[in-house]
Amino acid sequence: MSTNDLPADCQFTKDHEWARTEGADLVVGITRFAVEQLGDITLVSLDVKVGAHIDEGKAFGTIESVKTLSDLYAPVSGTITKVNGALNDKPELVNDDCYNAAWMIAITPDSPDAANALLDRAAYAAHCDAQH
Amino acid sequence: MSDTPVRRTSLHAEHVRLGARMVPFAGWEMPIQYSGIVDEHNACRNAAGLFDVSHMGELELSGPLAGDVINERITNDASKLQPGQALYTCCCQESGTVLDDLIIYRAGAEAWMVVCNASNRDKIVGVFEAASKGRCEFRDRSDATALIALQGPKAFDILDRAGADAAKLRELRPFGFRDAVVCNLQTTVARTGYTGEDGVEIFVGWDDAPALWSQLLALGADLGLKPVGLGARDTLRMEAKLPLYGQEIDDTIHPLEAGLGWVVKLDKGEFVGRSALVAAKEKGSPRKLVGFEMTGRGIARHGYELLDTSGNVVGLCTSGSPSPTTGKNIGIGYLPVELAGIGTPFLVNCRGKHIEAVVAKTPFITKKRPSSTSV
Repeated sequence: MSTNDLPADCQFTKDHEWARTEGADLVVGITRFAVEQLGDITLVSLDVKVGAHIDEGKAFGTIESVKTLSDLYAPVSGTITKVNGALNDKPELVNDDCYNAAWMIAITPDSPDAANALLDRAAYAAHCDAQH
Repeated sequence: MSDTPVRRTSLHAEHVRLGARMVPFAGWEMPIQYSGIVDEHNACRNAAGLFDVSHMGELELSGPLAGDVINERITNDASKLQPGQALYTCCCQESGTVLDDLIIYRAGAEAWMVVCNASNRDKIVGVFEAASKGRCEFRDRSDATALIALQGPKAFDILDRAGADAAKLRELRPFGFRDAVVCNLQTTVARTGYTGEDGVEIFVGWDDAPALWSQLLALGADLGLKPVGLGARDTLRMEAKLPLYGQEIDDTIHPLEAGLGWVVKLDKGEFVGRSALVAAKEKGSPRKLVGFEMTGRGIARHGYELLDTSGNVVGLCTSGSPSPTTGKNIGIGYLPVELAGIGTPFLVNCRGKHIEAVVAKTPFITKKRPSSTSV
């Protein structure tokens, strides 16, 4: 995978989530690599409420394709500030536009520099290549 | 990663060239999808799909007693078959539970073929090899035999282009088969399948399979033919409520409770499992295999618990998936007979969330008439 296939303003996790800093929040979704592994997305369940606290690595929901189900993991610990309700009725947004319209949640991290621990584009691209 | 060596069909290079995602399945490396499960599913329902099912086992039995040997090991009645006819059946153990589901082909007066699931090949080879001993010839032809399924409403339009002999395959009746020349290759073609669509399954020599595969794909491309992987094979068979061994049936389930009473011929004479099945029929099964639709927001999956509306565990989901044809989330599973009536509400335990579902009429798709009769 080329780093150019990845959005320049995002950081990544080994579980194939992306995180984009917007003000004090990290907006979170899943990467194109994850979407391609899953195939046709048919259901997104975001099982967290605005105001709730979530720990890094804990599941904030599930995503299902025709064939499989995957958990969605919080990339950092923090407080949920937004949940993308549009995915309830339009899970296919994840296939169409995983880096923008299909954002999933926004988190205010407990620690302001929590995002520094995430992977940059080059490290994430290398991680994906190693999985092939 | 599994330590068992993974086998490849002779079409492996074709799958890779077509961009398939390959996955381990029953000891084989098989394509799970090419263009995408929904796209392949729809191609098969609306036009045609081409499937590599070479991993399935083909066993040949021959000799004057071969028919008897087979009939003593299956629940359906093979003695009724004429040469050129096939039937679907279960093969049970003494307890009446299912060792495998099979298709039995009668090729000639004394020539028979048994086709079994890849996952059960060793077990079924053992069963028929032992039953044949001293009574008929037995050969496991699986390693020499590839199997390609061509399924969908355009299947016979594609065969029309595959040579003069292939163009006459429309005349085959359902579950009929014969030797045929397809794309200049010697094959045996059966009007059978596992999709709920009309179509054929084509037995061809292991090394001839790539030529047959690539020619059929080219002949059918403009009609909408696409290669279809195991992912869509599963959603297609689920919509047709065709059982999958290891899910709807296994060696703990007998065919009567699986809705396969129509392939159990208790009056045909002695066969392995008969007395247990007679007893099971008299007693009646407390559970029944049903189809269902999710009415709440969730997807049932293999192994999920089914609950009554009070939350008590009462059954098990054997298969579940989004259904591309109906747009609903569908499932198959065992429920107590008193909850098995169409329209009965119940719950599915989707990883801790109890999601509403309702028993549905099956098959989930309406059956189409074979294209030969709809001209």
